[in-house]
Amino acid sequence: MYAFEIERPKSLADAVAAIGAEEAQFLGGGQTLIPTLKQRLAAPSKLVSLSGIAELKGLRMDDAGRVCIGGGTTHATVAREAAAHYPALAALAAHIGDPAVRNRGTIGGSLANNDPSACYPAAVLASNATIVTSNREIAADDYFEGMFTTALEDGEIVTEVRFPIPQAANYQKFAQPASRFALVGVFVAKYADGVRVAITGASEQGVFRWSEAEAALSKSFDAAAIKGLAADADGLIGDMHGTPAYRAHLIGVLTGRAVTAAAG
Amino acid sequence: MRHVGDPIAAVVAETYEAARDAAEAVVLDIDELPAVIDMKKAVAPDAPLVHEDIGSNLCYDWGFVEENKAAVDAAFEKADHVTTLELVNNRLIPNAMEPRVAVGDYARATGDHTLYTTSQNPHVIRLLMGAFVLGIPEHKLRVVAPDVGGGFGSKIFHYAEEAFVTFAAKALNRPVKWTCQRSESFVSDAHGRDHVTKIQLALDKDGHFQALRTETYANMGAYLSTFAPSVPTWLHGTLMAGNYRTPLIYVNVKAVFTNTVPVDAYRGAGRPEATYQLERVIDKAAREMGIDPLEIRRKNFVTEFPYQTPVAVVYDTGDYNATMDKLVEIADLAGFEARRAESAKNGLLRGLGVNCYIEACGIAPSHLVGQLGARAGLYESATVRVNATGSISVMTGSHSHGQGHETSFAQVVADMIGIPEDMVEIVHGDTANSPMGMGTYGSRSLAVGGSAMVKATEKIIAKARKIAAHLLEASDADIELKDGKFSVAGTDKSVDWAGVTLAAYVPHNYPLEDLEPGLEEISFYDPSNFTYPAGAYACEVEVDPETGRVRIDRFAAADDFGNIVNPMIVTGQVHGGIGQGVGQALLEGAVYDDNGQLLSGSYMDYAMPRADDLPNYVVDHSCQTPCTHNPLGVKGCGEAGAIGSPPAVVNAVIDALNRGGHKVAHIDMPLSPARVWAAMQG
Ligand SMILES: Cc1cc2nc3c(=O)[nH]c(=O)nc-3n(C[C@H](O)[C@H](O)[C@H](O)COP(=O)(O)OP(=O)(O)OC[C@H]3O[C@@H](n4cnc5c(N)ncnc54)[C@H](O)[C@@H]3O)c2cc1C
Repeated sequence: MYAFEIERPKSLADAVAAIGAEEAQFLGGGQTLIPTLKQRLAAPSKLVSLSGIAELKGLRMDDAGRVCIGGGTTHATVAREAAAHYPALAALAAHIGDPAVRNRGTIGGSLANNDPSACYPAAVLASNATIVTSNREIAADDYFEGMFTTALEDGEIVTEVRFPIPQAANYQKFAQPASRFALVGVFVAKYADGVRVAITGASEQGVFRWSEAEAALSKSFDAAAIKGLAADADGLIGDMHGTPAYRAHLIGVLTGRAVTAAAG
Repeated sequence: MRHVGDPIAAVVAETYEAARDAAEAVVLDIDELPAVIDMKKAVAPDAPLVHEDIGSNLCYDWGFVEENKAAVDAAFEKADHVTTLELVNNRLIPNAMEPRVAVGDYARATGDHTLYTTSQNPHVIRLLMGAFVLGIPEHKLRVVAPDVGGGFGSKIFHYAEEAFVTFAAKALNRPVKWTCQRSESFVSDAHGRDHVTKIQLALDKDGHFQALRTETYANMGAYLSTFAPSVPTWLHGTLMAGNYRTPLIYVNVKAVFTNTVPVDAYRGAGRPEATYQLERVIDKAAREMGIDPLEIRRKNFVTEFPYQTPVAVVYDTGDYNATMDKLVEIADLAGFEARRAESAKNGLLRGLGVNCYIEACGIAPSHLVGQLGARAGLYESATVRVNATGSISVMTGSHSHGQGHETSFAQVVADMIGIPEDMVEIVHGDTANSPMGMGTYGSRSLAVGGSAMVKATEKIIAKARKIAAHLLEASDADIELKDGKFSVAGTDKSVDWAGVTLAAYVPHNYPLEDLEPGLEEISFYDPSNFTYPAGAYACEVEVDPETGRVRIDRFAAADDFGNIVNPMIVTGQVHGGIGQGVGQALLEGAVYDDNGQLLSGSYMDYAMPRADDLPNYVVDHSCQTPCTHNPLGVKGCGEAGAIGSPPAVVNAVIDALNRGGHKVAHIDMPLSPARVWAAMQG
């Protein structure tokens, strides 16, 4: 690590004010940022910790019936408290990393980071969730802009994520053997107005929607509906853990499994 | 620079952070030269040279046994069946829990150097570094390796950092400490395995082995690490007979330099490579010839001992049918079909892999390895120091870095005398307080180090008996030692252990004219042969045909380690070994790009086995044919699991795929989901 200052504001307003400095950075659960600092791959002059801000934490239901999760809420809290409202989302959170990661890492940090193999982006995109920031509201379809890139501007804090609750949903994560992030992860969510399918882990562009599958499943929410439908291997990640063709194949298999699990 | 991770500069600073800042400030003016990573490309005519001055990347070309070659080739000519298999024994990155650390210290007043280091063999480091690197005589150099957090081979070798901190401590006249970060370990601790092999087995029409022929390219990396040349030669070629009566064997090994981290011994060292290729080619032959994989092995087992193999070594004892019978029982092979049908209902392909292994442990008979070209004598030493009140300090040249020597060695000595184990302390890991020894690796500590301890303790008992005879006014032939008490046979006259030991140090009533006072003895033990632990392993897997993911459902190990001193420690060693073997078979593998960058340079990409990757093992070591040539009758158990398990896992996956209608002959390790799926696509 390089030396840095740290501030621990108690309110959102103080956090926004504190970030003003050049090369300051928010610190969520630190599960991505701290390893990066330890490897000296980043050198912020100041960290503004979001951990002490009560208004960023916890779950609530809003008037529109959405589960709203504070940006500073840990994966462990989501796993526990979302279970009654949105079981597929709770199950996703319950399988991120290990207990230490889940007790520190936050949904806001995960979405700000937008790792191409992260789990939450698939849930957010498939649920057509709304990302609320310190400045504005961003629709999921406008938020993810490619690997490690989002619509967030400098100094913008993810304060809440609002998930409309689907009629049925499921997340299938096929773990990369070493990191156990998603080699491919598929989140399927069925709403009254159609089915959304979001794929993580697979694409050079980060999380994306598989529109052919969405169309087929919106007609018939059954794994049989996507039989023979192949995801395009073009633009998919190829590395020591799998070729683009393998990832494309997994997208099909996991989507089918997600639909079967959701429908069951 | 010859590989990524090759040290080129060192910085010493007051604090760790300052040292890192300064290291970053070092500007390197590096011209990138072409790199060579692939061994076959490295030996091609126009390959870039790792060492210009050698003029070739071929380090050596070793034929073993050269005189057998013509006869082997002739046997292949007339064989009824020849099975050929090309395979890779994947490069592994050792990951001991504790990364390497070294602290140098220097006393200007006396000129004494001290190196504290994470070593499996402090005396070897003292010799190598003192004599060959820094020119410090042994009496001015102390090497301390106290509690070391695991090694698996990677801490046998002498590393540059050890020499640097020792040198810098003198130059600066203050202690200098270096601690390896995990990411540095990946590119600086010697790697393991990395063989590319073509193996051929010639059989008669009934499946009897006629001849075996192998050609292996063994990666040395960019430099020769301490034991590197030994691994593919006398730790590998000598094992090619396996558990079988193959009359003719020829092994060729080409050792190759590449721009990669040096490769050296890693748990099993050469023996896993031998076992894997042999047990895979036997499995392939059985499948091709339609012979049951257990049957083909039993047909060819060595059954009479001692057995002279065609590859130099003589097996003293064993019973391979017994371990196979035990395996059939503990693995419940009879229930396999029912389990397979159950898996099929869930859409999963179940497969069964069985194999045997033999290893040469108790490293090593110095005369034999000397003949085979090794430069080291591999005896072991022990000093048994009995204190005045009867407690005992045993100074061993073996080294404990997780093996529990403190427990099992103490048991051996305490049992011989009949005193409680807590009266015996095992002292190791410091050249200042233990006799010159070779350290711990090659499943040698109990077989060789324990034997030295037994010999020294025998001397102690012989002398104590004389003291007791004097005290009891009897002849020493009549003295019996039982439960820590010396008595005169047939009488109720006795003296206890402490009574004798006190007399040795307070010799008022003592035969001083015949016997020196004190009770301390040393022994050096050089084994007359290797020991040959052997066994049979079975693995059952379920393969998900849609994704290629392999799940190990059952794993059974029937081992013959000869006599057992501490069953719990032995079981633990087998568990850990199987974990490492499963890691190699399913998960681990170093991956380089063509420029020599290590792509699998962290736990994000290098997959270590975790608890949930492993099943509950069934481990049995009740089959015991004691070693015939060491006093404990023990054979060694530290590497068996890592040697015996990779072929069991791979055989099981290939079996699952074939039973599921996929004609897959072989998949190279690690059998990742992607590789298994790709193999199924043809
Ligand atoms: C061993 C391990 C295993 C893991 N496995 C998985 C896995 O399986 N699946 C998965 O999805 N993830 C996994 N992760 C990542 C984990 O989920 C992280 O917690 C998450 O990616 C980052 O969240 P954080 O709160 O720790 O953010 P930090 O590390 O603190 O910050 C990450 C980035 O987000 C910014 N940031 C943080 N909070 C906010 C906010 N509220 N608003 C705006 N910007 C913010 C920071 O400035 C920084 O740039 C794993 C991590 C580890 C260490």
